[in-house]
Parts: sequence; C-alpha cells; structure tokens
Amino acid sequence: MPSHFWLMVLFAFFVSLVFAVLLRDEPREQLKTGGMMLLGFVAAAYVLGWVMYLFPL
Amino acid sequence: MATKSTAAERPREGAEPARLALVCALAWLVPGAGHIVQGRRLKGLIFLIALPLMFAAGLWLDGRLFPLEMSDPLVFLGAIANRGIGAPYFVARMLDAGLGTVTAASYEYGNTFLMTAGLLNFLVILDAFDVAKGRK
Repeated sequence: MPSHFWLMVLFAFFVSLVFAVLLRDEPREQLKTGGMMLLGFVAAAYVLGWVMYLFPL
Repeated sequence: MATKSTAAERPREGAEPARLALVCALAWLVPGAGHIVQGRRLKGLIFLIALPLMFAAGLWLDGRLFPLEMSDPLVFLGAIANRGIGAPYFVARMLDAGLGTVTAASYEYGNTFLMTAGLLNFLVILDAFDVAKGRK
C-alpha cells in the first residue's frame, strides 16, 4: 500500500482537478486554480497533521 | 424601456424538460457525458477519465460499496454517494468488487475515494444542467 501521504496527495489531486475544470473555462486558468487548490489541500493537511502530533491520544 | 437580459434570463432552445432530464440522466450514467453531448468535449473528457479513475482507486484501496440500508443513516448516505458515479458503480457490482476489507489499512481511504467520486459526479451533473439551461 502506498504511504498515507501519497494517498492524500492523490485524493487532493482528483478533487482539485474536478473543481478546477468545473469552476474555470480557460485551460490556463484551470491549471492555475487546480495547482493552487492542490497546494492548499496538501499544505493544510501537512500543517494539521503536525498540529495533531502535539495532542497524543 | 428596454431591459438588458443576462445569460441566466435568456431562454434557450434546448432547455425543454425532456432534454434537461436526458442530459442529467446521461451525465449521471457516464461521468462527463452530459458535457460531451453539449459540445464541451474537453471538460467532459477530463470528467470521463478522472472520476472513474478515482472510483477505481477506491476499489483498489479495498473500499466498500455500501448497501441502501435505511436503518443506518450514515450507511444510507454513503450508499447514495456511492451510486452517484453511475455506470462504474453497476460494473463494480457485477464484478463483485467493492466488498470492502475492514481490516485493510487503506479501507477508510478506499471508502473516501469511492464516496467522493460519486459526490463529485453529482456536482458535474449540476454543471451539465446549468449548461443545458443556458446559465453557463
């Protein structure tokens, strides 16, 4: 099984792709929106992951 | 006084209820087909590739296709989300895929991929509906 991180990246990729194509009409804008969204998802998950590290079960 | 009509207000020839229903049904059954039949080929093609691929990833990750059980609301909602993908769902059921392996480490990932693929297709259907209505 791939790592949790890469599965999260794959999930973020699919969601970003569909939203970018839905929201924008021009390929250039789609690429920009999708890229920003993907970066946002991954960065947010990464930061939240480290925040959770501070609160062990 | 003449008023300026917007795209949303303009009547469109292809906005009859039967045509709208056909576009929505097609968009549900084959992800992206609603866009392709309306001339938005590139968008439709991206949905046609991305959504079934996401669904297939969910099956590969040992996710489960939930049954329509009214007794458990969360399972019921998951089942609705699963069915949102259309034809790939029925193909997976015919192939006995999506039984779900609860003990697999990727089980919850698989469920998330399967349900999200269906939910995203619901959004794609709504977009195809808007295109057919002349709002986009």
